[in-house]
Amino acid sequence: MRIALFVTCLADTMFPAAAKATVQLLERLGHEVVFPPGQTCCGQMHVNTGYQDQALPLVRRHVRTFAPYDVIVAPSGSCVGSVRHQHAMVARKAGDAGLAARAEDVGSKTYELSELLVDVLGIEDVGAYYPHRVTYHPTCHSLRMLRVGDKPLRLLRNVRGIDLVDLPAADQCCGFGGTFAVKNADTSTAMLTDKMSHVLETGAEVCTAGDSSCLMHIGGGLSRIDAGVRTVHLAEILASTQES
Amino acid sequence: MSSRELILGRIKAALGDTAVPEVTRDYRPAASEKADVELLIDRLVDYKAVVHRSDDVAGVVASLNPGRLVLPPGLDPSWVPADATVVDDEYQAEAVLTASTVAVAETGTIVLDGSPDQGRRRITLLPDLHICVVRPDQIVASVPDAIARLDPRRPLTWISGPSATSDIELNRVEGVHGPRNLHVILLGGAS
Amino acid sequence: MTFLGMPTTAPRGVGNLRGDESFPAAAHKALQDEQLRRNLGHATTTIRRKSGAVIGELPDWQELREAGSTLKANTMARLPELLDQLEANVTAAGGVVHWAADANEANQIVTDLVKATGHDRVIKVKSMATQEIGLNEALEASGITAVETDLAELIVQLGNDKPSHILVPAIHRNRAEIREIFLREMPGVDPALTDEPAELAGAARRYLRETFLSTKVAVSGANFAVAETGTLAVLESEGNGRMCLTLPETLITVMGIEKLVPTWRDLEVFLQLLPRASTGERMNPYTSMWTGVTPGDGPQNFHLVLLDNGRTAVLADEVGRQALHCIRCSACLNVCPVYERTGGHAYGSVYPGPIGAILSPQLTGVEDNASLPYASSLCGACFDACPVKIDIPSILVHLRNEVPHPRAEKAAFGAVAYTMDHPALYTRAQHAAKLSRHAKKLPPPLNGWTASRDLPEPPSETFRDWWAKR
Repeated sequence: MRIALFVTCLADTMFPAAAKATVQLLERLGHEVVFPPGQTCCGQMHVNTGYQDQALPLVRRHVRTFAPYDVIVAPSGSCVGSVRHQHAMVARKAGDAGLAARAEDVGSKTYELSELLVDVLGIEDVGAYYPHRVTYHPTCHSLRMLRVGDKPLRLLRNVRGIDLVDLPAADQCCGFGGTFAVKNADTSTAMLTDKMSHVLETGAEVCTAGDSSCLMHIGGGLSRIDAGVRTVHLAEILASTQES
Repeated sequence: MSSRELILGRIKAALGDTAVPEVTRDYRPAASEKADVELLIDRLVDYKAVVHRSDDVAGVVASLNPGRLVLPPGLDPSWVPADATVVDDEYQAEAVLTASTVAVAETGTIVLDGSPDQGRRRITLLPDLHICVVRPDQIVASVPDAIARLDPRRPLTWISGPSATSDIELNRVEGVHGPRNLHVILLGGAS
Repeated sequence: MTFLGMPTTAPRGVGNLRGDESFPAAAHKALQDEQLRRNLGHATTTIRRKSGAVIGELPDWQELREAGSTLKANTMARLPELLDQLEANVTAAGGVVHWAADANEANQIVTDLVKATGHDRVIKVKSMATQEIGLNEALEASGITAVETDLAELIVQLGNDKPSHILVPAIHRNRAEIREIFLREMPGVDPALTDEPAELAGAARRYLRETFLSTKVAVSGANFAVAETGTLAVLESEGNGRMCLTLPETLITVMGIEKLVPTWRDLEVFLQLLPRASTGERMNPYTSMWTGVTPGDGPQNFHLVLLDNGRTAVLADEVGRQALHCIRCSACLNVCPVYERTGGHAYGSVYPGPIGAILSPQLTGVEDNASLPYASSLCGACFDACPVKIDIPSILVHLRNEVPHPRAEKAAFGAVAYTMDHPALYTRAQHAAKLSRHAKKLPPPLNGWTASRDLPEPPSETFRDWWAKR
């Protein structure tokens, strides 16, 4: 299958390992990955901070860039959530019904990585090998906006060598929330503190998730307290093999 | 312009040409299930009501030593123990004995509607013990069943267990302003 | 230009919809209080477990939510006709209906009604509407004492405190603190009082008994009003509601215009949704329903005050009007990770938590509560918990678009958007990001991040650099 990668600006700039892993995994599974170069940012941060007017050109750009492709994947639940649930809204608010329709079309063929693997490609065992103690944090937008359910866990359970441990109070937000982490830094930190204690309770070496943004937040906190727990994107675990 | 006209004008301006959406009712409607008396008992007991299955109402009432008892005007006289101390003033009463209108099995709720065998609302509020008699044909399965049976023009009191509060640490504890003891007598023979 | 008949926000200077400081500033203080966080964590965990269990018993919970949601949307679209119908039916049943355009008018109506009875004390059933309009303060200014009879309200009133939760205004107090308040403030309390919840409830029972029996006027809110029949409903637990609704000679009910349901049958939906979402019970201990006046039973004078106070302004917003569907269950507070940590006072308004973050700014106009739409990580737990399916996260995002933005922030977001819309500039900016390597502290306003979190090491090459080299 020919799959267009929506890399997301965060993974592109700060966490390329997650994006590279997405490419390597899909290619290993026998698919062709293309990277539409005109892509930049989906505008989620603008929309969620209250700048829908400023997000409009980004929505236009995203829709124009990805409209030609049949299947689009992103290693981020929240960016897919934005494309699927916010782009048409921004277009409608700007009075552009045509853009809204095209945005809905692009949204309907854009998948978060675990959705693509399980729902579209029909695969739960990607043949990965990852000999570490891992706990999984289901990010809010994957869980409640996209409803990915236990798809990421089903994929992780099939990874060879993995010691997968349940994260207590897993469905509670880590406190990232985009600009929330800056505008309400104290509250965000209080939420992060509880998330980190739950991660530490598991004794895991690695905390994984489907969103680099939440991992940046959790990882930044764990690094600050020298917790010795790494944050690794789900794609990187799934891309790992005995050989790598 | 009166405030009435002002507010209604504001509402109309706010709504503009808003379409009226359809109401979706895909939930279990009235009459979709049979009433389950065992479920009713389970729910009543769960919320700290005491349940008696007996046709000897007077006997059960006597066994509870109700003390000064207030009665609604139309109560079946055979339900009252011969030696009961009946008082007219609910302010002085220690217990009240009433019939009921509907009992909802799924929620453990009994509804009073102020009929002559249930009396005005205050008599079931001030005494500390409420003894309530439920006939088998008054038990319904669900809230929609109860709504279908009740007359909204009557003053209605829905009772689910004794007076309680969740105001301290969100845990339910029994016994605040209403009757602290609720006994339910289910007619229709002991099982 | 404003003219009569246009939707209007709640007036300033009256009531309790506006805080003294922004949410982040108030939250900063609240977060220092370890005891508060323990109390909230304990209470919200308890209620989430209880609520989840009783919701799980119903096979048709999602269908009930859908019915509740569509019923409320249907009601809002037909509000003028339904309010007319309600008024006619309440009047026909012996009640008197009053219309209050805002908090000042509602307070004046209630004060005048109480004065007309010749009494100077009222007993109150917990009511969000009367807290919203500051009725107690208004009555007090006219020499009328308002006694709160709900246990949590009593704890708040005796403790000279403010409510912090819609359902349990004293949720921020634990049993030991409640015992101390009672020992200090409750006349005639037994000095041997322990902190057992049952004993504390018993103390409230003894303290309020005489007040219930001797007060001739009561003020209540309403959970529901049925347009078709003129029936009012109050759901409660303790029996204080029944006391207020049946013992006095005069009953005055203050109700927001959005509390209507069209038909009697519609209560079958809300009586299943509200208790399970709210207190986590299959049914709350007591629900009272009355239609006008019943000769020989209960208050013989009944007044219903229909309150706007900004609701029409909410209704005018096609996206935000869903906030008026709220049935005040507090489920969104109980699942909110922000509320659980900051408590309700930080929101400044009587409506805290996620619903408060969308309702308060709309009632007052967004400029007066501009920080509230941002008091959420948009995690979405509130939407899932809402028994009438209010899409709180979407309304938060919508309101963020409406609030006045700081000039510097607006400029920054504009610049970022411009860069992102020009791939060449974007690529250059990506490379510039590497220069910030090793920055351990960011300047304001971004310093909140580095206060508790390290920045990630920028990678040696971006993804698109890597891709280009393949």
